[in-house]
Amino acid sequence: MATKPKLYRRLITTGLGWLAAAILFFPIFWMFLTSFKTEAEAVALPPKLFFQPTLDNYITIQDRSDYLLFAMNSILISVGSTLLALALAVPAAYAMAFFPTKRTKGTLLWMLSTKMLPPVGVLVPIYLLFRNFNLLDTRIGLILIYTLINLPIVVWMIYTFFKDVPKDILEAGRMDGASTQQEVFQVLMPLALPGIASTGLLAIILSWNEAFWSLNLTTSGAAPLTTFIASFSSPQGLFWAKLSAASSLAIAPILIFGWLSQRQLVRGLTFGAVK
Amino acid sequence: MASTLATAPRTSSSKRQTATLPLVAPSVVVLLLWMIVPLLMTLWFSVQRFNLLNPENSGFAGLSNYVSLLSSAALWVSIFNTLVLVGAVLVITIGLGTLLAVLFNEEFWGRSVARLLAIAPFFVMPTVSALIWKNMLMHPVNGLFAYITRGLGLGAIDWFADYPMLAIILIVSWEWLPFALLILLTAIQSLDDEQVEAARMDGAKSVAIFRYITLPHLSRAIAVLAMIETIFFLTIFAEIFVTTSGGPGLATTNLAYFIYLRALFEFDVGGASAAGLIAVVLANIVAIFLMRLVARNLDV
Repeated sequence: MATKPKLYRRLITTGLGWLAAAILFFPIFWMFLTSFKTEAEAVALPPKLFFQPTLDNYITIQDRSDYLLFAMNSILISVGSTLLALALAVPAAYAMAFFPTKRTKGTLLWMLSTKMLPPVGVLVPIYLLFRNFNLLDTRIGLILIYTLINLPIVVWMIYTFFKDVPKDILEAGRMDGASTQQEVFQVLMPLALPGIASTGLLAIILSWNEAFWSLNLTTSGAAPLTTFIASFSSPQGLFWAKLSAASSLAIAPILIFGWLSQRQLVRGLTFGAVK
Repeated sequence: MASTLATAPRTSSSKRQTATLPLVAPSVVVLLLWMIVPLLMTLWFSVQRFNLLNPENSGFAGLSNYVSLLSSAALWVSIFNTLVLVGAVLVITIGLGTLLAVLFNEEFWGRSVARLLAIAPFFVMPTVSALIWKNMLMHPVNGLFAYITRGLGLGAIDWFADYPMLAIILIVSWEWLPFALLILLTAIQSLDDEQVEAARMDGAKSVAIFRYITLPHLSRAIAVLAMIETIFFLTIFAEIFVTTSGGPGLATTNLAYFIYLRALFEFDVGGASAAGLIAVVLANIVAIFLMRLVARNLDV
């Protein structure tokens, strides 16, 4: 008796859920589809759903605008800044998680509060500093900025992962005569590694998609994909198929990383205030 | 400090404190530099006559940058635009996000795949999102929306000429709705199922359950979400940069874009810095409340 309304309910929620998902995902799907069209098909009306797919756009964006250079910049900058942030954050999080002091809470909160400084508030000095130190349009410049932007979140997340490691296991290791070094590298690290990895993944996503500093501080040589894609905004000519091909390549890896790290994203971007 | 000698545990913890200082110090020092140095420079520049195009005319300006800024209509327009943009996107993402979170909390066929598709827009870089919408969807001649509205006999809408702010609001909402969905879904999932079940047993309708159980449970998550989004939305930049460049006129110039124009187009370092400090103050008003909520939830 109760199954019938339940079945109806399920049919309705399935329909609504998939409708919402389809609407939200449609622009990405459409872009992906357009990337396999010719430029003429891309702007054709009525819009073409069925066509002879071509890989020309993917080849052209490499030949004409050296796509791989920008992709390489994005990879080096996001991975570089993530590794640097992890190197700074892991020791700090370790100290704060296992040897808390009166000041630990204050320090953590203060670190998080630095995230709330709006970047435009310091655009002028950063731009001038970069100009004076010849950091404009350099990879190392963006790596430094992204390390600093992501450091609070990275410290915070690794701190919470360390806090989740059962204290007894560390105690047991110490009882067996493990040195601090052994304790950290043989007991703690293997346990916390998944957490550290997913934190790194989130930091990569955030750096990869960052577009305020990359647009303002890079032009060509060190420009990551965010800046490269922005160059398609010029009004001369409509290169929708090429824009779509460049965009599809630019978002594909991050889409996969993002799907893998949904939970950490909530944890990291709300600073644990939503559980 | 005097009491540290009194008891043994205290002494050992203070010993450890000195031992762990080198571990914490690098992170603290770089963040301190990152926070203090540029901010002090902004503060300093904001009281200087300093234009990169006119280096001779420099020196202490007192509050004249602020006076000329506050009396310029462009600043007030950009602050107004900022508030409209933040307010509209907050209402859309939180409103729809709550409904979607309730929907995706229900069991349905293929839910996990549907959820993956629904949250995808959040991972698309802002320059890509803005250009897909600007070209393939909202283009007045070849865009998909124009094709559909013409097909319905409504004619084509030239989004970026006639409704530029609405266009930006739609793009930013599309990017951030998945974020709201993710946060609120996480919050809903921590809701006690037994409580809902008990209410249903007592004959409560779905709407009543939503109104009296789900919504109060979500209120904290909604507050946190609103504040985090506000801090991000105050400085929306890339979407405007690649679509309207702040135009037509000043129609889509928000505070971030206003500062960018002042600094990197007019090279007015003094004026841009003064505007930058206004942005910092605006963000801090929100940040204070957010930090209070975060602090309450932080168990050290």
